[in-house]
Amino acid sequence: MSDFNPDVTLDNSGLACPMPIIKTKKAIDGMQVGQVLKMIATDPGSVSDVQAWVNKTGHELLKHETEGSKFIFYIRKAK
Amino acid sequence: MPEETAKRIAIIAGHGTLDAAYPPFILATAAAAMDMEAAIFFTFYGLEILKKGKIDKLRVSPVANPAMPVKIPNIIAMLPGMTAAATMMMNSWMKKANVPRLRELLETAKELGVRLIACQMTMDVMGIKKEDLIDGIEIGGAATFLEFASKNAITLTF
Repeated sequence: MSDFNPDVTLDNSGLACPMPIIKTKKAIDGMQVGQVLKMIATDPGSVSDVQAWVNKTGHELLKHETEGSKFIFYIRKAK
Repeated sequence: MPEETAKRIAIIAGHGTLDAAYPPFILATAAAAMDMEAAIFFTFYGLEILKKGKIDKLRVSPVANPAMPVKIPNIIAMLPGMTAAATMMMNSWMKKANVPRLRELLETAKELGVRLIACQMTMDVMGIKKEDLIDGIEIGGAATFLEFASKNAITLTF
């Protein structure tokens, strides 16, 4: 269980690079500052890519967890 | 003070094969998703990618391509139909891995504001007219690319 209540959930299961971060960007663009996005991906590259993406864009990666073959990210829109 | 990082990526696409067309689009769309400005400058055979009706028809050559997962001797690879077979194989690997089609990456690039610049000089060299190319692109010369690239950009060539 997660401590964060996501405002928006985005399932990128099955999608390969670069689509998970492109869809994440689009989702974040449509959200309010402070809201939390739960993003689910199965692309193993997304683990380092999401970290790189928040480093570059300034949004906050609150938590990252793995459930079976799924990688789950909680990202807070920072600006 | 936050660390100063590049704000832009300026990519040169100089080849018109299926395998060579992917990296510019993957990097440009990913950069745009990272709030960077991105531009791809299409020159020489790279112009093939922007020709109307070509985006779904780019091919990969098995000739002089020792990195193909299925090894094909050049003398076989040069036979009629082998380029089509290699292209079909690559498309099926990409589909299996859920990699987006080039068409989807092209549309995404446009949607995210990636600048797609066709090189005027090589269009003239190769007899390509503006109306031969898809809509939503720019036409420019070396200075257009360099002016963009000179402002804090990563530059890559494919």
